[in-house]
Amino acid sequence: MARSIWKGPFVDGYLLKQVQELNKTGSRQAIRTWSRRSTIIPQFVGINFAVHNGRKFIPVFITEEMVGQKLGEYAPTRTFFGHTADKRVKKD
Amino acid sequence: MARIAGVNLPANKRVEIALTYIYGIGKSRAKKIVEEVGVDSKRRLNDLTDNELTNIRNIVSKSSVEGELRSSVSINIKRLMDSGCYRGIRHRKGLPVRGQRTSTNARTRKGRGMAIAGKKTT
Repeated sequence: MARSIWKGPFVDGYLLKQVQELNKTGSRQAIRTWSRRSTIIPQFVGINFAVHNGRKFIPVFITEEMVGQKLGEYAPTRTFFGHTADKRVKKD
Repeated sequence: MARIAGVNLPANKRVEIALTYIYGIGKSRAKKIVEEVGVDSKRRLNDLTDNELTNIRNIVSKSSVEGELRSSVSINIKRLMDSGCYRGIRHRKGLPVRGQRTSTNARTRKGRGMAIAGKKTT
């Protein structure tokens, strides 16, 4: 079920503060964050994030069209290298 | 035979059903159109008057159907794929996008199953 509109988009409080500070100072330093659950709001556009994927921080540059999605959507958590094509692992 | 929205040639069926042959018009939309034109839904497409047909055409052309709709859908998918988000990645890999399981099933997205070497079939 989708989130109620009256609640507004969810953003972790500390992250919002950091973003506001960054926009004030205008520095272009990446924000390291574990808050994958935060919604990308219009104030985030143009900011570099480093979103944690469980192991390391994935650099994410926020563009206009990312607004409305979550930060976590841009930092994949799974690594899949494909299946090995080993023939006859245990024959008969 | 009538041509509505370009290439479509629905046959001698009930108007409501014939309209669903157009990509982007399902049953509920077809029903609404029929009501709007004021045609009895039991009537077939080939015994409609030209006037009624043009009315239907006008209403259909207001909404995006066929090529227009197809291209907008594929543009949406392409936008997702280019943005590098999770849904886009799933589209790129041809896997289910909405969190379904992939251990089994998901055959529609993944295509026909492939044999795994050394796996016993029961």
